[in-house]
Formats: sequence, structure tokens, C-alpha cells
Amino acid sequence: MRQLRIPVTRIEGHGLITVHLGEDGRVREARFHVTEVRGFERFCLGRTLWEMPALTARICGICPVSHLLCSAKACDAILAVRIPRPAEKLRRLMNLGQIVQSHALSFFHLSSPDLLLGWDADPKVRNVFGVVAFDRKLALDGIRLRAFGQEIIEILGGKRIHPAWAVPGGVNNPLSEEGRDRIAAKLPEALRIAQDALSFYEEHMASWAEEIEHFGKFPSLFMSLVGPDGSWEHYGGRIRFVDAKRRIVADGLDPSRYQEYIGEAVETWSYLKFPYYKPLGYPEGMYRVGPLARLNCCERFGTKLADEALLRFRAVAEGKAVTASFHYHYARLIEILGALEKIQELLSDPEILSRRVRAEAGINELEGVGVHEAPRGTLFHHYWVDETGVIQRVNLIVSTGHNNLAMNRTVAQIAEHWLNGREITEGLLNRLEGGIRAYDPCLSCSVHAVGEMPLKVVLYGPDGEVIAERTRGI
Amino acid sequence: MPKLRVATVWFSGCSGCHMSFLDLDERLLEFAERAELAFSPIADVKEFPEDVDVVLIEGAVGNTEHLRELLEIRKKAKILVALGDCAVTGNVPSMRNPLPREEVLRAVYAKDDPPGLEEGEVPKLLPQALPLHAVVRVDFFLPGCPPPADRIWKFLRPLLFGEQPQLSGPDLKFG
Ligand code: SF4
Repeated sequence: MRQLRIPVTRIEGHGLITVHLGEDGRVREARFHVTEVRGFERFCLGRTLWEMPALTARICGICPVSHLLCSAKACDAILAVRIPRPAEKLRRLMNLGQIVQSHALSFFHLSSPDLLLGWDADPKVRNVFGVVAFDRKLALDGIRLRAFGQEIIEILGGKRIHPAWAVPGGVNNPLSEEGRDRIAAKLPEALRIAQDALSFYEEHMASWAEEIEHFGKFPSLFMSLVGPDGSWEHYGGRIRFVDAKRRIVADGLDPSRYQEYIGEAVETWSYLKFPYYKPLGYPEGMYRVGPLARLNCCERFGTKLADEALLRFRAVAEGKAVTASFHYHYARLIEILGALEKIQELLSDPEILSRRVRAEAGINELEGVGVHEAPRGTLFHHYWVDETGVIQRVNLIVSTGHNNLAMNRTVAQIAEHWLNGREITEGLLNRLEGGIRAYDPCLSCSVHAVGEMPLKVVLYGPDGEVIAERTRGI
Repeated sequence: MPKLRVATVWFSGCSGCHMSFLDLDERLLEFAERAELAFSPIADVKEFPEDVDVVLIEGAVGNTEHLRELLEIRKKAKILVALGDCAVTGNVPSMRNPLPREEVLRAVYAKDDPPGLEEGEVPKLLPQALPLHAVVRVDFFLPGCPPPADRIWKFLRPLLFGEQPQLSGPDLKFG
């Protein structure tokens, strides 16, 4: 049996794909491995609740705001407070800024080299600087759009990466009038860039038909938060699952009771766990999260331009769920546009300048769950504390983890389609990575999570046959 | 003047230091005029090349793969830079250092034989996460969690013009 090892670059983290071939040269199995772990669940124990937002932000430098906000929400639950309305609006504003910067990074800095320069381009130029040389305007647009999102974070939190701004009970600094005006002044350019990028994608879509068909196109469930009226949500709301036909499978689920419907499996060949929808079991309960899932789950976005785009997006699958993972890119661009529109709404709300931004309280509950939508999907922070607020136990389910099963399935699908005989082309290698990249996996985030989870360990013989299998339930 | 060959490497860190490099924003275009990215997680070359002028390394040395790569990189790169607090001091990843490796992994994966305990399909976790200078000679230390983009630029720009970077005072702040 022959094995290919491909280090995956231009994703946020450390990953490896292995493809196992049978004697007949056909793909036997393909796997996406995550090769890094830092151990947050363990070393957070014994620290105080108040440190958690700033500490867990260090899980990830791409979406530190996700962890910061999700952690603050878990802490709010332990304080048993409802944070002041302006504080919630400010947190929303920061999260929208982060969605913009993170999606811009994914599309322009990491994926546009494939889309622009082609899957068979020389690896030496297939990066953001290659795009600079090829299409300076597009590269500059990407840089400026990402910078816009980062500036919102900086204006609110004083720092672009790892601001210690959200705290248990709210946020520690209001927004100044001058800060609001600075954001507002740059908004028109950001909106222009987002619309251009969306048109670029829609115009070129036909030329990526083969990739759209084989980069992870299969039925699965989709999960995300939705608002009380079923609209797109990123900070509050409840959990919804839809199937490939966009039929609602479960709705209004309480996010803090995630352990009742989400299970996590562990495989020895990856540091990343495999969450699944419990009622369907492992691995049948595969679901996807993130931009594609959020658009599939929601009824509407709730803003003008994004809702127009959402109609065109729905048309791709004739109103059913869009099951082609390639269209994560499409969904991401629509979300950027909608996030910008929502930023505009928040900036024109006078309450956004209010100085009532923090509720003070002590430890009132011994357990708290924070859930919100990070750029890559639903994020869960779950803490247990003692009476003094010292952390006793931590469970994290990170956005990228939810997509683990789907990413592995995608890798196998691509290998089956593009691997012909025994010749391994650069184009195949890059498509394998491109398939993973469509999910925009944040591997930096992915290497945590713990709890009582069912385990599955599979032992493979030299020919890849399963010789032993052991499962441990909860 | 030939372009400066710059590499960036990501060990046990959160990628925030890389993001701070991307926060150079428009200055990235100026960077691209005088430098080429010879190797980086944001580029596609898979093997660390021979003739690298400057390598910026984010993160602590956390597993056997990092260790092996760091030794190799030291041989191939003229100037080796510890980028950010994790690379400079161990920072967040080293918070696990007082604990036995087995305990950390078992806690994270809630199983007796978690990934990373032994060398296998994923690299083995080192007993402790180490700062770079515990393993190899480091030419420059660029502290910060992450170092702000302005600080990275203040360091890189002179190198692009063949000059020695000068950092002092507030440029050497942690956190
Ligand atoms: S120094 Fe800070 S920003 Fe850089 S990798 Fe470490 S935790 Fe992340």
C-alpha cells in the first residue's frame, strides 16, 4: 500500500492529509490530520474566572475575538447577569468586525491564489504576494477589507489582536464618538469592496464547475444559531439543524444543553476531535457549521443587499440546502456584505455610545456555557467553578471541530475524482488542500475540547484492514 | 540588490503573530517589492529552502516535529528571529510545563491513550514547551503577544535595505 503525505499550507494551523491507496492504485482512504495540541483544557484549571476571556483568546490569533466573547458569555452565565443592552450591542459590533476580517483573510489572502492563478499554478507564486503581482487591485482590496475589520476591533478594544476588552458582565470600555465616526468613514469603501468581490465570484462561478461538483458535495446536516424569527444570527439565538433538503431537523435547541445533542468522538490519528449529531450517531451524524451552514439554516439575513444575494445563493440549489462545500466561499462573501450592513445599523443606533457597559456581580452559579457564532461556526465554552470562581473544569467545542467529519469526507471525494492511476500532480495536491481550505479551518482553535465523550479507536493492519475496533460510550 | 529571502514558521502558537505580520496592511506591498516569501504557512512551498536570509518563528517548541524542524532551520537560515512571546519565553503554551505531559493529554482527550503520547501519525508532545533559545542560537528577539505590526515593521524594514534593525525601550515590551 502506498501512502502520500501532504503538509497543508495556507490554512490557519497545522494539518496533514494522508491518502491510502490499495494495490489497484485506487484511493482506499483519505484523512485529514491535525498535528498540534496545546492543552488549554488542562492548564486553565486552577485559574480564576476573571482571567478566562483574555487567556482563552490566546487559543487563536485569527479569531481571538470569538474566544474572548464566547468566554465572556460563559462568565456572564456564572455571574447570572444579563449584561447592559449597550454592552451587547458593542460585543456584536466587535464580532461583526471580526467576521469581516476573518472572512477577508480566508478569501483574499488564503484562497484567492487558487481562484485567480489556477489550481495548477507554480507553488512559488501561489500566495498572496503572487496575487499582488497578478491583480494588484484585488490584492489591495483584500488587504483594506481585512484592515477595516481589524480597525473596528482596535478602536473598541485598543489592540488588533488579543484585546482584553470583553469581561464577565459586559465590556470594559464604551465606544467614543470619534471612534464611531472613524469606523463610519471607512464603511463605504468596505461595502464597495465586498460587492466587487461578490460579483467577481458570481461571474467566475461557471469556470469552477468541476471543483464545485467535487470539493465536498454531499448531503449532510447543517447547524447554526438562528434568531427568534429564524433570521441570521451570530451572537444570541438558539440552535437549529437542517438537512440537505433544508428541512428543519431540530429547532429552538437550548445552546447551553449542547451535550444532549452533540457527541464527540476521538481518533488516534488526529489531535482534532469529531463532533456528531447524537440522535444519528457516529459518524452518520455528520453536520457542517460556518458560513454555508448559517445561510442554509436561516430564513433571511435581515439586511437589504445580503438578502438579495441570499436569493441568488438559494437558487444555486433550487431552494434546498447548498451542499457543495466549495460554496463556503460564496457564503463567506455574502456574510461579509451582510455584516457590513449590520455594522452600519449599529453605528446609527444612538445607544452604541452609551457608557452603561458593564454589570457587576460575583459568583452566582457554579457552571456556565457561552455559545456564539465565530466566523467558522458555532463555538462553545463551558466552565465549572468553585465558590470563589476558581476554574474546576473546562470544555471547549471549537468551530472547526464540527466540520471535521465533513472535511475528511471532502478529502476522500477529491482524491477519488482527481487521482488517476499513480501520477500525483501538483493540481491534485493543491485541490486536496483547496478542498480543506474552503472550510477555512482554524486549526489553531481546533486543538482543545474535552468532556465525557464516546471514543472510537480503530486499529488498521498493514493492508489497511480493520483488525480491532473499540468503542467507549458515555 | 537581490530580494531578501524571508521565511515565516509557525510552531506552538496561536497564529496571532502571523496575523500581526499581515496587519502590516499596505506595507505588505512595500515588503513584496524588496523581499520574497521563501517559505510560510501562508504560501505553498512545502520544504524549508536552503538559502533563507531571515526566518521569523512564531510559537514555542512544543513537539518532536518542531524540534527537528528548528534544528534544520537554524542550519539553513542566516538570521533567526523569535517572533512574539511564545517564541521568546514560552508564554501561553508553556503554561502546561508544570504538569506531566501524559496528564495534559489525558485531560484534553479524556482517554488513556490519547494522540501525541507516543510518536505516531501525529508528533509526540515534548515534556515541556520550550522557548526557541533553549534549543538553538537566536539572533533577534521580538517580544509582544503579538508584537504589534508597527514593531514588526520597525524591525523588518531596515533589513530590507541591508541595515541592522535597532529596537529599544517600548519596542521590547512583553504582552
Ligand atoms: S505570542 Fe501571543 S500572539 Fe503570538 S503566538 Fe503566542 S499567544 Fe499568539
